[in-house]
Amino acid sequence: MAAVMPVPAASRVLMSGNEAVARAVWEAGVKVAAAYPGTPSTEMLEVISSYPDLYAEWSVNEKVSLEVAIGAAYAGSRSFCCMKHVGMNVASDALMTLTLTGVIGGLVIAIADDVGLSSSQNEQDSRYWGRFAHVPVLEPADSQEAYAMTLYAYELSEKFQVPVILRMTTRINHVKSLVTVGERNEYVGAGFKKEPARFVMVPGNAGKRIPLMFARDIKLRELAETSELNFIEDGSDKRVGFIASGPAYMHVKESFPNAPVLKLGFSWPVPFEKCRELAAMVDQVVIVEEVEPLVETELKAQGLNVIGKEILPLQGELSPNVLKPAIARLLGEPVTETTALAPMQVFPRPPTMCVACPHLGVYYTLSQVRNLNISGDIGCYTLGAGHPWNALDTCVSMGASMGVALGMDKGRGEADKDKRVVAVIGDSTFLHMGMQGLLDMVYNKGNVTVLLLDNRAVGMTGGQNNPGNGYGIHGEEAPRVDFAKLVSALGVKDERIHVVNPYELPVLFKTIREEVKVPEVSVIITDQPCVLVKDYHKLKPFEVIDDKCTGCGNCIDVGCPAIHVTRRGKEVKPSGREVDLAFVRIETSVCTGCGLCVQPCAPKAIVHHVQTSPIQLVTKGGCAA
Amino acid sequence: MSDNTNILVVGIGGQGVMTATEILAEAAIALGHDAKKTEVAGMAQRGGVVSSHLRFGQRVLSPQITPGTADVLLGFESAEAMRWQHMLKPGGITLMNTARLVPPVVELGLFDYPEDPLAEIRKSGNKVVAFDATTIAQNLGDIRLGNTVMLGAIADHLPFGAEVLLDCVLKRFQRKGEKLVELNRRAFEAGRAAVGQAEAALA
Repeated sequence: MAAVMPVPAASRVLMSGNEAVARAVWEAGVKVAAAYPGTPSTEMLEVISSYPDLYAEWSVNEKVSLEVAIGAAYAGSRSFCCMKHVGMNVASDALMTLTLTGVIGGLVIAIADDVGLSSSQNEQDSRYWGRFAHVPVLEPADSQEAYAMTLYAYELSEKFQVPVILRMTTRINHVKSLVTVGERNEYVGAGFKKEPARFVMVPGNAGKRIPLMFARDIKLRELAETSELNFIEDGSDKRVGFIASGPAYMHVKESFPNAPVLKLGFSWPVPFEKCRELAAMVDQVVIVEEVEPLVETELKAQGLNVIGKEILPLQGELSPNVLKPAIARLLGEPVTETTALAPMQVFPRPPTMCVACPHLGVYYTLSQVRNLNISGDIGCYTLGAGHPWNALDTCVSMGASMGVALGMDKGRGEADKDKRVVAVIGDSTFLHMGMQGLLDMVYNKGNVTVLLLDNRAVGMTGGQNNPGNGYGIHGEEAPRVDFAKLVSALGVKDERIHVVNPYELPVLFKTIREEVKVPEVSVIITDQPCVLVKDYHKLKPFEVIDDKCTGCGNCIDVGCPAIHVTRRGKEVKPSGREVDLAFVRIETSVCTGCGLCVQPCAPKAIVHHVQTSPIQLVTKGGCAA
Repeated sequence: MSDNTNILVVGIGGQGVMTATEILAEAAIALGHDAKKTEVAGMAQRGGVVSSHLRFGQRVLSPQITPGTADVLLGFESAEAMRWQHMLKPGGITLMNTARLVPPVVELGLFDYPEDPLAEIRKSGNKVVAFDATTIAQNLGDIRLGNTVMLGAIADHLPFGAEVLLDCVLKRFQRKGEKLVELNRRAFEAGRAAVGQAEAALA
């Protein structure tokens, strides 16, 4: 993002939680901010990069982003790092030792938990990292708090020389609410001071740091007991008192306006005495936390008689329509039905690939090749598991397609002895965590055909720049990885590396069919850009000549959302077999003329909407021009 | 809080649902309300369902609208307007574009698109006003005006005057020249008039 003039101090603005954190990072005088994109965290760094006076980078993965932030904090500057929940799994190796060295300049790690699975492969509770790594956890309940807690987190980080986790959820990251912003304060870093006993974590040094970490836990808990971020609001209805944090606090206040509530903003270490104080005020205590019963378990271990996940779900958001019936049942009251109407039955609308997406050609082709087991990965192309392709058989974690494919090859059973193993991975995912898997596959002599879908963008999160497309975070030119050279350097034989245009279906089909027969590692790189990148070349749209369409439906199997069925029919083949017919039209206003649907059309019923020259495919490097 | 106004804006990814809701939020804020806007739209860019929640009033706590409590449902697409009927409070109203956007799963013959979403909504007993925002926008010369037509459509169903909302809409186009401002003003008024006429016909 290009630099913009920040909104003046004291302005009251509608901001998402992500925008609020970004503003606070800038105001705090942070010098270095790094992240890898991931829903719902992406906009934090996107917005940070639009502020002046700081360095922001898209890192290749979350671990590297945290390490960059650690380096800046060791150098005495304030630094920031953010990621989605699963990103912390990748970064955790660094975190677990960072907690021993601590920091000089403040370091805040914002982790966005996708509670409710809007765009993730699992649901995790990042508050665990506070406990695991012995670092404090702050949990905002709206954008204003996200802003204020980020500023406070830097003070806390420097006071205790500890990294601080800001635990957010989708319902904080993506909710827009009003924020009053402040002034920017310059923060001048102290500079790096060589101190091997602290910064060189070999056993002898680390062993001396561990007791300091446990001592810090005690100090942090004392602070949590008196922190203004943890407060009790009294209420007239003492039958149930609530302990809540994050968005769950808002849902509790909405649902039970007269109940006493302990709000935990500084939620780890848990302020046990504050919890006891609330417990003494009410008949029973209910812990409302998303997702895991962490506070609940710790309070039970303290001997407090509290209720939590016995009555509340272990999955998803705890909105008022979840809380109200649960508490009514607890109190033995009738459960009032708020919904006037049962939801009407309407078809599902799963996410689809875009019109003319280069992945369409890949999945159409994979759906036409028999006997494949396809190990998939994380990105837009995970959608290949859906209709009409059904051409992706596994999806685990970033980069997992490589190792999983090798394991499927080495571990194949008798039933799979004739199956070919294919791995599908995107450019950014490959650079994030796939390279090591490919190296392993080559070194261990696997029999896998890798499809490396290079669309020159982190597509699923909105097309961020990465080392694969040759642009930096501000859109400036940056060194671009040569994928063919890279996989060659990892040991893939040059004759097994093919760069293919995914819009040329016969070439793609032939290449895949030949390579899956070769009993070693092949890499097929597709080289056409994401249709959402800003300089995507649109071509002349196509239309269907109605008279010529035979209703065979081959074009529908491509899966392009610009193709619509106009009428259906049935035909009895000479063999007596009855087949369904689907006659189509193309929505020319959205068609970009990629030509994918033209190729399987036997009666040649798909022609240019306006008579023009033949299809011009985007040439290699065309997008970057 | 019980004094909150709850507006639900629904459609599919790429239709401008989130922007429309944000402009509605700006109007509420301009009048001094507290406001929260939320949606789950992580994969909406890929043609998925988008439902955007706006709550405003003296103080807003939960950002989500609880089922059965929405005052107004603004539907950018027919089947989507139908999908979210259970969110409306008794007596709530649906303002819906008659556009039908058919997803690939329907084209593949795996599911059916409802024959007549408007009739289904009427049958449920909920109040509904339908209009063709897409054609209105096309007649004004640009399909992209559809978003402003939709905002015009809701203008007389808010607890504040239409002018505040119109101001917030036009502010977005000020930098793009007087011609676009004028076009959007006309689109807004056309949406407003379409709903007015449809309601008069129902009365």
